[in-house]
Amino acid sequence: MIINDTKLPDLPPPGSTTGVVGWLRKNLFSTPFYSLLTLLIGYILFSTLIPAFQWIFIDSDWVGDSRDACTSGGACWVFITVRMDQFIYGFYPEAEYWRINILFGMLALLIVALVYEGTPKKGLIAAFALTIFPIFAFYMLYGGSFGLTLVETHKWGGLSLTLVLAIVGIVASLPLGIMLALGRRSQMSVVRSFCTVFIEMWRGVPLITILFMASVMLPLFMPEEIDFDKLLRALIGITLFQSAYMAEVIRGGLQAIPKGQYEAADALGLSYWKKMALIVLPQALKIMIPGIVNTFIALFKDTSLVLIIGLFDLLAIVQAALSDPKWLGYSIEGYAFVAFVFWIFCFSMSRYSQYLERKLHTGHGAR
Amino acid sequence: MSEPTVSEQTVSEQNSPADMSISDEVMIKLDNVNKWYGDFHVLKDINLTVHKGERIVVCGPSGSGKSTMIRCLNRLEEHQKGEILVGKTVLNNDLKNIETIRREVGMVFQHFNLFPHLTVLENLALAPIWVRKTPRAEAEATAMKYLERVKIPDQAHKYPGQLSGGQQQRVAIARSLCMNPEVMLFDEPTSALDPEMIKEVLDVMIELAQEGMTMICVTHEMGFAKTVANRVIFMDAGQIIEENNPDDFFDNPQSERTQLFLSQIL
Repeated sequence: MIINDTKLPDLPPPGSTTGVVGWLRKNLFSTPFYSLLTLLIGYILFSTLIPAFQWIFIDSDWVGDSRDACTSGGACWVFITVRMDQFIYGFYPEAEYWRINILFGMLALLIVALVYEGTPKKGLIAAFALTIFPIFAFYMLYGGSFGLTLVETHKWGGLSLTLVLAIVGIVASLPLGIMLALGRRSQMSVVRSFCTVFIEMWRGVPLITILFMASVMLPLFMPEEIDFDKLLRALIGITLFQSAYMAEVIRGGLQAIPKGQYEAADALGLSYWKKMALIVLPQALKIMIPGIVNTFIALFKDTSLVLIIGLFDLLAIVQAALSDPKWLGYSIEGYAFVAFVFWIFCFSMSRYSQYLERKLHTGHGAR
Repeated sequence: MSEPTVSEQTVSEQNSPADMSISDEVMIKLDNVNKWYGDFHVLKDINLTVHKGERIVVCGPSGSGKSTMIRCLNRLEEHQKGEILVGKTVLNNDLKNIETIRREVGMVFQHFNLFPHLTVLENLALAPIWVRKTPRAEAEATAMKYLERVKIPDQAHKYPGQLSGGQQQRVAIARSLCMNPEVMLFDEPTSALDPEMIKEVLDVMIELAQEGMTMICVTHEMGFAKTVANRVIFMDAGQIIEENNPDDFFDNPQSERTQLFLSQIL
């Protein structure tokens, strides 16, 4: 018979397994081979990152108004700074820049208010952002009423056009995608077939084709009098295309919700829409945050495809600037700038999605 | 928990005057109910009448159709032939009837099926608020009352994932009770629990039975059946094989199939 009455004390872990030294030993120098790899990769990083850093920051020129200012041999950011207005506002009349600036300011405020945890009345703000703000933004950008000069959409461009395309695409494709996903799982065969056909049709065609068809073919079939705005056609094309993708992402989330959740909601007497809105979708969307944000990011970057139908988004306008004889040869700076701007937006979305995942985690395996 | 005294009073439906809590009012009536999964005939000519206040335990080997039967009662499964009457409502394809029945019939599942994205309190208050249109404050007060009855008011603001299995199942029972149902269905409520947690759930169910709730329980807890049931139903291969008061059912089973089953589990 064994009886153990003494409680063993808690001891600290052995020193070499924790702290910086422990981390280094475990992750970088655990075997001779790994040590060799660590040194090799360290050398490669060192020999490429240092010159890149020098080119970008140390040997670079930032101020000036022509290429003559670029004498240091590094990056010539003067090219970007001189053309910054065009990159942001496109061909929007300079006297009307304030309209876009106000919208940028409002957008930033709304995003901060919605992202910051302590904001009171978030629901109201979100409702404002999704209903009144888009209408307001349209009148501000397009003008033609309330004493604002009309600025036709072919003058829109640069970062502001990219943001219009991306935000409209994101905001419209999520609810559409949810409806399509629910429809594809519906008991009603007419709804189900319609949604399936819709999704498969849009998903099976490259976005470029859709944009081409929207800009070239559609007008052929339309009567002459109907002049459908080119930007509007691109927006509809992008939204429908992305909503098909979104639908499949969300359908994956819906399928991951255990049958018991549906049954419990049914047994409590919740109607179909209440069951979906209160029980199923909140859980499905939470699981699918990585997939949904992935689609958003893809959408954001895909907006640059509109350059093939002659809309000047950020990428297109930088490319156009590159062919200016006064600035030939600065394509690296141009593309690096575009890449950086896209990366800032996409990386922010990615970080926010990770924050959301952590915040919404309630400590469970869904049952 | 006081030692339940119902067991001495349990009597069969036929000579029920001794059990005062059972009324003549018919709560549930199954009339020749049949169900198939594809070609597989799961329920065969099920006839059962449950009066208000009755506590019925359904047992039988797995695959005998006992879960399917009680899941038919609130249309989690659809029966193809026969008639089911719950309260005064006929269970058919009419969505209105189904919703009426689901409001009046509470169900507790083997795997609890709590909503993991909501706190315990939100789980309880959800259906009263959205189905019965109770004001939020009132629904939450009722929810707290039932949480106290199942003895976990201190867990109200936790998420289900943070509770033990026994606590989750008690929350699930409270969630059903918040809708103030006429009948409670239990689908193997203790089968997924660790042995040490079974008692806390059974205690809640015994208390509920003593308060006169009409209950239909699919369970293998024969102690529970002896204590609270006024009728035990044995099912096999989609049929009701034997139906009796618990004393006679356990001491003097009539059919051979029942005897075999009881000899294996007792």
